[in-house]
Amino acid sequence: MFRRNFLGLATAGLLALGLSGPATAQDDFIIVQSTTSTQNSGLFDYILPMFRDETGIDVRVVAVGTGQAIKNAENGDGDVLFVHAKASEEKFVAGGNGVSRSDVMYNDFVIVGPPADPAGVTGMSDVAAAMSKIAETESPFASRGDDSGTHKAELRLWKDAGIDVNAASGGWYRETGSGMGATLNTGTGMNAYIMTDRATWISFGNKGDYQIAIEGDEKMFNQYGIILVNAEKHPNVKTESAQQFVDWVLSDAGQEAIASYKVDGQQLFFPNAK
Amino acid sequence: MESFSAILIEAVELIVSWDPDVIEIIVLSLRVTLTAVAAACLIGFPLGAIVGAFRFPMRNGVIVAMNTLMGLPPVVVGLLVYLMLSASGPMGVLGLLYTPTAMIVAQTILVTPIVAALTRQVIEDLYNEYAEQFASLGVRPLDRVLALLWDARYSLLTVALAGFGRAVAEVGAVIIVGGNINHVTRVMTTTIALETSKGNLQLALALGLILLTIAVIVNGLLMAIRGTAARAAYV
Repeated sequence: MFRRNFLGLATAGLLALGLSGPATAQDDFIIVQSTTSTQNSGLFDYILPMFRDETGIDVRVVAVGTGQAIKNAENGDGDVLFVHAKASEEKFVAGGNGVSRSDVMYNDFVIVGPPADPAGVTGMSDVAAAMSKIAETESPFASRGDDSGTHKAELRLWKDAGIDVNAASGGWYRETGSGMGATLNTGTGMNAYIMTDRATWISFGNKGDYQIAIEGDEKMFNQYGIILVNAEKHPNVKTESAQQFVDWVLSDAGQEAIASYKVDGQQLFFPNAK
Repeated sequence: MESFSAILIEAVELIVSWDPDVIEIIVLSLRVTLTAVAAACLIGFPLGAIVGAFRFPMRNGVIVAMNTLMGLPPVVVGLLVYLMLSASGPMGVLGLLYTPTAMIVAQTILVTPIVAALTRQVIEDLYNEYAEQFASLGVRPLDRVLALLWDARYSLLTVALAGFGRAVAEVGAVIIVGGNINHVTRVMTTTIALETSKGNLQLALALGLILLTIAVIVNGLLMAIRGTAARAAYV
């Protein structure tokens, strides 16, 4: 009898635990595959409630690196893709995975560095020249190394400066293989220069005595795009709700919401939908 | 870097303030982990008992497999479950990816080998003690397993706690299959990972302290149950 009680109790407990739980099971929700910069900066926490109030649609954000976000969306695990690597995004659409791509907003990348400034690059705005100096002095540089949007942009800038970072990998060039925040934590710990998007940097809570060393080069422009995942290829996509979200982000209301998001009085993202 | 006392104070403040977001995260953590551990016990106890109490061909192979699977990396489990539940995977039609159910499935896979392997050892030790009695009384196989499980119930509580410890502390699996979605699949460990990546180390550590406290409470409750049950048994 005890045995039966025990089993019955365990089963009942299992059912209660598994099936009950808070009523989060809203039917009207979409999944947005996005990047850590938009999430960590708090932008989504700020604009998504506005969208929900207007439409009743709950937006669930999966924040990973751009590379992983695109892979997930290619598997059909998302209704909208909201990332920052234009070339990869266009490839995604060309491959039939997305309906079309639209510019949403931009900010810029900066390179932050330790106060000692071993490469002597603080205050420079010519990113190619500054990166060459970092390479020449073999000052530590922490790279994302994770195929994210920021990583791709960084590799483009190295190539532009004519530097082969693969040769230096493990030496002064250190790939953390992690997200932006983790790389900032690691990089500041080893006095390395780190490239980050400005939004993540402003809202980052563990800056220590680090400061922005290199900024202002137009090559460090960081464009975000939004793509509706193609239901013809991925039939589970909730096209109607997802389209509503895309339309809202690109609308005046959505663009104003993005522009009005500030951390420490600084605007993080600049809307530029056409 | 803040001092540890400041972190401790922040942790206490977080609990005392009864922030609904924090409570929601704690509740979801417990719901996911306890469900997974319960499921793992339902599978692992009988499985471990059968392997522990009987001799059959390839038995050593099974034991090696169970013991090896105890070391399954959470990230690998997360990836496997992701591939299964992804819209382009074999079980994609269920639409379970990025839900608490997916997290429960992943943690169950992670914990079941631990429960089964430890149960096997407990039952085998007990079986060696009981073997002659079973033989002389002619106890049927099913009754043997049930008797062993029942008599080993206090040790099995510790086995379940080992599984709980593993599940409640892991982040690799749940962050992949759950997606760390705010108000949907965000649990203690994924919140700690997120706050760390935001550079809010103090908040992350405070959450870690809360997680530890919850583990202490769960352990304490189970020990209390065990204590009362043991006393009752010897009246």
